[in-house]
Amino acid sequence: MLNIKTKNRLLILVAIAVLVITITVLIFKTLEDNVLYFYSPSEIEKSNEIVLNDNMRIGGMVKKGSIETNQNEIRFIITDFKSEIIVSYRGTVPALFAEGKGVVAEGKLQDKKFFLAKRILAKHDENYMPPEIKESLKDNVK
Amino acid sequence: MLSNFGVIFSSIALITSFILIYFSFLELKISDSKIPKKIYNFSLAQLIFSLLSFLILLIGYVFSDFSMINVYENSHTTKPLFYKISGTWGNHEGSLLLWTNILVIFSFLFLILTKNKNKNFKILTLIFQNFLIATFFIFLLTNSNPFSPIFPIPNEGMGLNPILQDPALAVHPPLLYVGFVGSSIYFSAALAALISKVEAKSLATTIKPWVSVSWFFQTLGILVGSIWAYYELGWGGYWFWDPVENSSLMPWFLMTALLHSVLVLERRIGLYSWVIILSILTFTMTVIGTFLVRSGILNSVHTFANDPSRGLFILTFLTLMVFSSVFIFFKYAPSEKKTYRIFSKEFFILINNWFMVFFLAVVLIGTLYPVFLDTLVGEKISVGPPYYNFILAPFLIPLLFLMTSGPRHKWVVSELKKIFNVILFLSIFLFLIIFFIIQENNFLIGLILLFSIYLVVQTIFDFYENFKNKSVNFSRIISHLGFGLLIFFISINHIFSTENNFNIRTGEEKDTKDYIIKFEKLTTMSTTNYKSIVGNFKIINKKKLNTKNLKPEIRFYNQPQTITYEASIRSNFFSDTYLTMSNISDTDVFNIKFEKKPFMNFIWFSVLLISFGGLLNFFSRKKQI
Repeated sequence: MLNIKTKNRLLILVAIAVLVITITVLIFKTLEDNVLYFYSPSEIEKSNEIVLNDNMRIGGMVKKGSIETNQNEIRFIITDFKSEIIVSYRGTVPALFAEGKGVVAEGKLQDKKFFLAKRILAKHDENYMPPEIKESLKDNVK
Repeated sequence: MLSNFGVIFSSIALITSFILIYFSFLELKISDSKIPKKIYNFSLAQLIFSLLSFLILLIGYVFSDFSMINVYENSHTTKPLFYKISGTWGNHEGSLLLWTNILVIFSFLFLILTKNKNKNFKILTLIFQNFLIATFFIFLLTNSNPFSPIFPIPNEGMGLNPILQDPALAVHPPLLYVGFVGSSIYFSAALAALISKVEAKSLATTIKPWVSVSWFFQTLGILVGSIWAYYELGWGGYWFWDPVENSSLMPWFLMTALLHSVLVLERRIGLYSWVIILSILTFTMTVIGTFLVRSGILNSVHTFANDPSRGLFILTFLTLMVFSSVFIFFKYAPSEKKTYRIFSKEFFILINNWFMVFFLAVVLIGTLYPVFLDTLVGEKISVGPPYYNFILAPFLIPLLFLMTSGPRHKWVVSELKKIFNVILFLSIFLFLIIFFIIQENNFLIGLILLFSIYLVVQTIFDFYENFKNKSVNFSRIISHLGFGLLIFFISINHIFSTENNFNIRTGEEKDTKDYIIKFEKLTTMSTTNYKSIVGNFKIINKKKLNTKNLKPEIRFYNQPQTITYEASIRSNFFSDTYLTMSNISDTDVFNIKFEKKPFMNFIWFSVLLISFGGLLNFFSRKKQI
């Protein structure tokens, strides 16, 4: 038989273990639900697993001559020189947003060809290209 | 010319730290109770040469000496003097020199100011500090030399990134670095205390002022950075859970935990090992933060030119540091048996520490997860703000509650205070009034509001009660009050912020729910370092029928040629009106983000209150001695 002191200690240990495990599960569950995956237009075209209405980031180059601005929105095409995707966005764009330059858009996919962006991400440095874009373009421009 | 002097001065400072380490080791064996003059002299010499090397770089910037690559790459003759000076630490090499200088200053101050009688403890702290100083000087001279010469000497510099040409960002790094580097002192002191077996109370009184000071500066640094992000990034927010922001917040959690547990160490001679672990962790976290920011493995919205070799150096240093600290800890840590009664002050402080460690874990996991996933699986992800908000927000409720009741309990033994008292009913009453006005039906936000009101009301009441007994703990009152207000105003701000995004031509107007936004005309402006297009907007409030003029700018900086968008913000007492405009490749249509952000000034003010409490904590110590 365990004496009371050891028993109490054991109880406390079990309680702490349960607490730590619950919190860890909670953290990772929330993390999983709120992760933004990054895709290139070709990945979106190819993949069957990408869920519409999930928040995500897509990146590539702004296609030359594709930017259109009307009263409400800005429309442009993100391309990785293999596939393209139309992006619709409302709001201000970062200073380095321009045709033929790299861009990352954050938002939701409406269908495989149409993306509703909530945010256009800026890189403050002109010579800097987000590593994701660099990598996804590397495979296509050769 | 200057370049050589810079290298010579910092090399001398490096050599003095080796000399100091050597003499200090010799001194450990001598049982004289006084620290010899020569150690003071060498420390002073180290301080002087270190400051001189910084002065050299400063002079290089002020007089635009482009014979140094660093000045050439980050400065320009037309830049205003203020930004020439702040440019000194506006880049990797310069900021590292600043970091090292603060390290040297703090070591020297520790040596001359600490009244601790234990000689070996002071000497050992000095040894650890000098190991750190030497490492950073070596890093500086071999990898990130701010004095590297360039030949032929260019006539003109490349200029400072315009988004860094900003008063808030000029003071942000020094503030944050004082906070970061301040933690090195209690890191070294904790290790030294283990080896020289310093008593709990004596360790507590020695490190407490350093904890308060570094915490104060860290809080201010975070505040200034956040204000900068608010008006410069043009996203209308003030905290984005960006990895770089997280890097400054993570050490803050640990400092806050330490700030509280050091009280237990001082008053109850308890948590000795825990305080030491926290001290080691805090500095480790600041180095990790520096590593994450400088190595460029994190994809951040803030720019930092990056270089893997820097990361490798910091990572190696970090590993060595952690392993040797862990080794020292396990070799020397005393066993401690102390039980704490539930509902005593120390019990609540312990819970506070658990919360801080939990917050740290959440932020650390969110920050590092993308890095791990990328290296392990090659999957590119980012973790968005919802992760942090979802997890952290519910835990604010118990934290707020414990912050309210914890401080009212006594040390050692205390009976459980009645929870259902007048204050709680008063808070609920206040809450219901506010709830009725704002009509928010989110349960979670409602609870957070309720408990933040409770904290504020109770803290004010505590102040009144203590004031009658003439024993006010001002630092606690002010910081806790500030925190209650901060959470309250953040929640209100979250509920009532409105945002409108649209495109508009000059002369047109946009009709939104509460406002009419008139784009009257475009004007141009020009100063020495930039030209700008200014949009003249008239905002008409439909209900109150008043108008405000807002003038957002698109700036074209000449050196380096960069475009920035400047938000126009009008603050009145209760609310900020925020407008940014952008323009794509010279079309006549402008993209507008129009926001109404209530209580922004109150949020800044609350953080100021919080940090002010830390300052008071520092000064209240003086009185006790």
